[in-house]
Amino acid sequence: MTETTDVGWFEEASPDDLSGARDSIEHGSSESPADWAARAVETGFATDEADYYEKLREATMAVAHEQVQERATADDQQLTHSIRAMADCERTANELAERVAEWGGSRYGESGSGVGYARRIAEGEVGDGDESDDRALRSLAERVVAVSEETDELRAYIERTAPAVAPNLSMLAGPVLAARLISLSGGLESLAKQPSGTVQVLGAEDALFAHLQGGAPSPKHGIIFTHEYVSGTRREERGSAARALAGKLSIAARIDHYSGDRRPALQRELDERMERIRSRGGDGE
Amino acid sequence: MTLSLPGGVERHDFDGTTAVATRGHPEYGEATDGQYRRWNPHRSKLGAMLALGMDTGLEADQKTLYLGAAAGTTVSHVADFGGPTYAVEFAPRPVRDLLDVADHRPNLFPLLKDARKPETYAHVVEPVDVIVQDVATRGQARVAALNRRFLDGDGRLLAAVKARSEDVTADPEAVFEDVVTELRDHYEVLDTEQLDPYHEDHLGVVARPLE
Repeated sequence: MTETTDVGWFEEASPDDLSGARDSIEHGSSESPADWAARAVETGFATDEADYYEKLREATMAVAHEQVQERATADDQQLTHSIRAMADCERTANELAERVAEWGGSRYGESGSGVGYARRIAEGEVGDGDESDDRALRSLAERVVAVSEETDELRAYIERTAPAVAPNLSMLAGPVLAARLISLSGGLESLAKQPSGTVQVLGAEDALFAHLQGGAPSPKHGIIFTHEYVSGTRREERGSAARALAGKLSIAARIDHYSGDRRPALQRELDERMERIRSRGGDGE
Repeated sequence: MTLSLPGGVERHDFDGTTAVATRGHPEYGEATDGQYRRWNPHRSKLGAMLALGMDTGLEADQKTLYLGAAAGTTVSHVADFGGPTYAVEFAPRPVRDLLDVADHRPNLFPLLKDARKPETYAHVVEPVDVIVQDVATRGQARVAALNRRFLDGDGRLLAAVKARSEDVTADPEAVFEDVVTELRDHYEVLDTEQLDPYHEDHLGVVARPLE
């Protein structure tokens, strides 16, 4: 039975220390299978077949435990950190840009706003650039531009990674909204366990508590307002649109968490549902 | 429906309903009676193939390679009556549940591997009597072809082909025909049967490797 040159998972491991064997199970390879149990007994790795299976089980269980823990927890937490960092960068860039605009306005008597104006100052398109006081303002403007570019890079990172962490949720919500929902609920697992009514108002906690304490109307939508299917639907139908979208998003999150399957049909179902919601109540505005 | 069941798989009466059952630790809320646990054909495609009376060729104590083990619903039954059972699943999340199932079954070996890359587990898996395939990815015939190397000459491939994994928009019948045609390059197809009412748009396939 040794005519093959393939090497079994156990062949470079010591029978007493299974850590090398675990590494081999995870990273090793072979073109063809072989009667590994017999080979293991032949080479002295196992005393008999029963001993071999016992060792195989111990090693496969240990490897799978480790892999599951690493992969399942790492990915959605990475995504959570990156979406929070992106939000921080975006907010900081905007705040500083406002400061730059105010400062620039007082100095050059020219009004501008936002990161675009900061970029013009940073590139020397505003003012004469000679006075030494300009340097302080320009330096601040350069920081604004850099932080804003960091925002874009984080967004690109999220667009790459969210579909791997939550393929169906990313398909329906877009990667950035998917990451926000995961971040707001503290992970994909907890998002998958939320009822869809909670998903609908995630990010609108203030309004929700105001409502629960009496007086205020219940919020119709939280962060999912950023989805075109909510913000782009006319006001009277927005509540229905938000409810329908939240329903599909929580189904998507559950599939992503519990099965990992891709379900392209979800998109079609959502599109059809939205078309019905948007087409009812007359011919629109 | 009078075909014999594999050894270790029995018809058992659960509160007046006779159903296919194995003996082992319950895993997914299935009906139980003493050691007997109902093999729910609605939850398991292989369970549906047995309930529909397909001749699977399964026997007790066979070596099995299970592709697409997911959370371990079906593989828990397979390991109850089978021999060494290698359970391949690619997605980490369902493997967590699979590990609980494996905790109760010393003959079950979980492998977090991609069924489309058999060379990444051929150094662990030995030649087997049965391959059970339930992978919800495109290219299901290709997965079966790639894993043929594990199957003994007179072994059996028991596959549940999911039409919607190949093409959501196409007519399932047309998808099944394509998949079965492609399978015939590497296997002799012995029997096929649609798995409804238990599973919509699924085709159960029993096949034997070509020489």
